Amino acid sequence: MSEHEPAAGQHIWVPGMVPIGPKMITSRFDQPDAHTYEGYVRTGGYEALRKALTTMTPEQVHAEVKAADLLGRGGAGFPAGVKWGFCPPGVLPRYLVVNGDESEPGTYKDRLLMELDPHQLIEGVVLASYAVGCAQAFVYVRGEMALAQERLAQALTDAYASGIVGRNIFGTDFSLDVTLTWGAGAYIVGEETALIESLEGNRGMPRLKPPYFPAAKGLYMQPTVVNNVETLSNLPWIITNGGDAFKAIGAPTSTGMRMFAVSGHVNRPGVYEVPNGVTTFRQLFEAPEYCGGIRDGGTVKAFIPGGASAMWFFEEHLDLPLDKPTVDRAGSMLGSGAVVVMDQTTDVVKACWRVVRFFARESCGKCTPCREGTTWLERILKRIIEGYGRREDLDLLLDVCDNISPGLAWPPRQTTICPLGPSAVSPIASAVLRFRDEFEAYLSGAVPPEPAHV
Amino acid sequence: MARLSDANVALAKEIIGRFPRPKSALIPLLHLAQEQDGYVTKDAMAHLAELLDVTPAEVYGTASFYEMFKFEPVGRYCINVCTNISCQLLGGWELLHHAEEVLGIHPGGTTPDGMFTLEDVECIAACTEAPALQVNYRYRYRVTAEDFDQLIDDLRNGRLNDEIPPHGTLARVRQKVAPDRWANTGTEAQAKVDAR
Repeated sequence: MSEHEPAAGQHIWVPGMVPIGPKMITSRFDQPDAHTYEGYVRTGGYEALRKALTTMTPEQVHAEVKAADLLGRGGAGFPAGVKWGFCPPGVLPRYLVVNGDESEPGTYKDRLLMELDPHQLIEGVVLASYAVGCAQAFVYVRGEMALAQERLAQALTDAYASGIVGRNIFGTDFSLDVTLTWGAGAYIVGEETALIESLEGNRGMPRLKPPYFPAAKGLYMQPTVVNNVETLSNLPWIITNGGDAFKAIGAPTSTGMRMFAVSGHVNRPGVYEVPNGVTTFRQLFEAPEYCGGIRDGGTVKAFIPGGASAMWFFEEHLDLPLDKPTVDRAGSMLGSGAVVVMDQTTDVVKACWRVVRFFARESCGKCTPCREGTTWLERILKRIIEGYGRREDLDLLLDVCDNISPGLAWPPRQTTICPLGPSAVSPIASAVLRFRDEFEAYLSGAVPPEPAHV
Repeated sequence: MARLSDANVALAKEIIGRFPRPKSALIPLLHLAQEQDGYVTKDAMAHLAELLDVTPAEVYGTASFYEMFKFEPVGRYCINVCTNISCQLLGGWELLHHAEEVLGIHPGGTTPDGMFTLEDVECIAACTEAPALQVNYRYRYRVTAEDFDQLIDDLRNGRLNDEIPPHGTLARVRQKVAPDRWANTGTEAQAKVDAR
């Protein structure tokens, strides 16, 4: 094998064993050679695919995934089986695109799945393509993830050589080509229509809707299923054990297991696979088998439940379970499973500015409210931090937010083609409304302006 | 300023053959050009336009959208320090400022000896390992000031040459498919649609 191992001393966090419930998609993470073909096959890999191709019809595979109620793990949480069903009958060819452009701040799970268990993803890709009837699949990996690209390149090479991918898979008459491709640094490409534009060799700008679903018109204006890496990595388990077994784990509204990356001010930040919809935020932060409490025995000031685009949560939300409808009703989202914890020492003004700067930098520039609005928001917050804020700035911030996402409602209303612009509203609506006194302290000069660096 | 070498043209044709439509290969091919020269030259972009049967403006239009493509020479090592929220909470800015002082450059700058380019980047998906950075897209986790100094010393003295290739080289493993295994499912299916 010619892939490059991390140097000695370089630390890859392998999530701790989850004491409750079975481990599903991270089951091979503690096995050093899981990313190799031999290591994958030795632990039962590709048996689900063999079972599907030799004993099941595509409709049966689709039915299992529907029965599992597998929700998409990329951010929107749309049921995968339902999404597949949106492909208009008789319109061919269809394509499958794997969204491996993980870049929502706080999100760290797809990269682990691609680096540590790439064959599991490939098995999921072939299963999904078989169920949907795709002519070709594309695995689109984020540009910055060199090791994930190397591991997937090697895994695909080995899978082709072993008859798992390509012509007449397992000797059946099902054939599928899987092409590895990768991006070059653009957050917005994680939006599915922008991803398709990028895959067509264009600037990664989201497409005007309708059509709302790439399943109707996607790559080359053909029906295209876009699924997240974690979503597809669940398929081998579902086919092996059945959709009903999957649905029996977790909450009825959020089935199976799910990976959450918990970062920030906790004692043991890490990526944890937990039963979906059951575990509460408090358990995740405080249980010894998970994060083991807040840093230095502190308290939670705020936390982001689902990536930078999500509304912030506070201590009153700690006992909510990590369940999609529950978190939606509470006014935020589980998004991409990215939980960022801020303790009582956090300067929320600076935290808010940093998240907004991200959206200002990553706006693709297509829609005016987002392109102009995010830049304005960033500049206003910057001048507040630097001690040049004006008294009217807080209302100005909320007014600009209102122009991007009228009413600051949740789920956000959009004046833009994609949700990036409204996402920049979340940190401001959260921080300014909750911690207005801290912003006002900056305005009154009570907080010394940030010293200029070098 | 260079067009693609013969070996890279052969590689480019292999990559183009994996997509139903040639232009879909553009981003991988821009990476190939960057791998050859350390940055994406105008001549290489013109050459890619010929290979893909598009205009040079279309190639530049796509290339200029993506942050990883550089249009002028950068350092042998591109050091990307993450300062996004998870890293900021655990010292990402302090790490960036330390890097500025050690290297004597601001983000976007390159050291006079051409060894290092410093960048202040957005989330690199290593949030639980904050503060994190990448050197030519190879990760370093939970980086302290001492770790950073050691890293720079190792890079200057070539001790990491095996692990970290010069800027431009991304994945060193490429997808390889034996011709008799490639099913051509996508291109054949697309050709039938195009013929309607």
